[in-house]
Amino acid sequence: MRHRQAIAVLALGGFFVSLYLWLWKIGKLGTLQCGSGGCERVQTSAYADFLGLPVALHGVVGYAALLVVALVGLQPRFLGQRTPTLVLAALASVGLLFSAYLTWLEFAVIHAWCRWCLGSAAIIVVIWATALIGLRRRPD
Amino acid sequence: MKRFYVMLVGLALLGAGALYLASRDRTVPGTVEGPMPAVPGDGFGGYVMGSDSAPVEVVEYSDFECPFCARFANLQMPAVRRQLIETGLVRWRFRDFPLPGHQYSRYAAHAAQCAGEQNRFWEMHDALFADHSWAQTGKNPRGLFNSMAQRVGLDMGAYAACMAANRYAARIEASRLEGEARGVGGTPTFFVNGQPFRANPTSDAFKALADSLTGR
Repeated sequence: MRHRQAIAVLALGGFFVSLYLWLWKIGKLGTLQCGSGGCERVQTSAYADFLGLPVALHGVVGYAALLVVALVGLQPRFLGQRTPTLVLAALASVGLLFSAYLTWLEFAVIHAWCRWCLGSAAIIVVIWATALIGLRRRPD
Repeated sequence: MKRFYVMLVGLALLGAGALYLASRDRTVPGTVEGPMPAVPGDGFGGYVMGSDSAPVEVVEYSDFECPFCARFANLQMPAVRRQLIETGLVRWRFRDFPLPGHQYSRYAAHAAQCAGEQNRFWEMHDALFADHSWAQTGKNPRGLFNSMAQRVGLDMGAYAACMAANRYAARIEASRLEGEARGVGGTPTFFVNGQPFRANPTSDAFKALADSLTGR
């Protein structure tokens, strides 16, 4: 149960980070609080869109999915089941791979660091590790 | 378990509040409050279209957020380009004159200057005037300008760096001060061979004046 709670909290944090970047991308926010200027460079690069949609929007959807699955997994009828943890691990793995690809782009192609993106990458790493720990445990 | 949900809701409220506060920050580069740069720009005389040897020079003081400027750019400028500039009769010089009441004028002017840095000033100029919805909605046009910049083929990394650095703020202000010194009070305002052009600004009117100045 604890790992699902932890994932729900982390996913909520990731959701707001992604939402912030997406709202900025579509012009709903003013200055992007970044500190380095790298966020704007990354967010306006050719790699800020994936499959025709802003990368940040993929993040919003991904974290929302993780949050929903974690909350569903916390419902009494699912507490003893392994399926929610499996779904969380699968979603987190996709997110981790996508995040690794984006971080590589920042490092090797765009040559700029977006702190919010790095924050999101850190969150998905912790979610993934937590999901793996949950998989290794016996159902609650 | 109840404590967990309370914490989760608290976190959600915190995040939503932070986003709400961020959405109220409407400042974008070029619209900052406070004194404008005191430096006299960089000596830049404005982007020019047309032949250096053209006998007539038109200087346009314009504001990207101004609807009259947009109407002129969209309705009259194509004919001006075709009949006067491309024929070598007129050289056209664009000068920024962001009006104080317009929230995103300087931001738009800055976007055009950053495009100019990549030799795409006129393409961005056309894009900013062609899709002028941003000037009416009052919404932050950053996303729309980014799309325009992408569409006109800018290197988006360099464009973002230019915008973030507010690199041409002083140049834009110098242009506005220059216009003020020449008596510009609104936009668009034109000077033809140094003299104020007071007629209704149509391509026909410019052609008639250019013809008379060159004895055609």
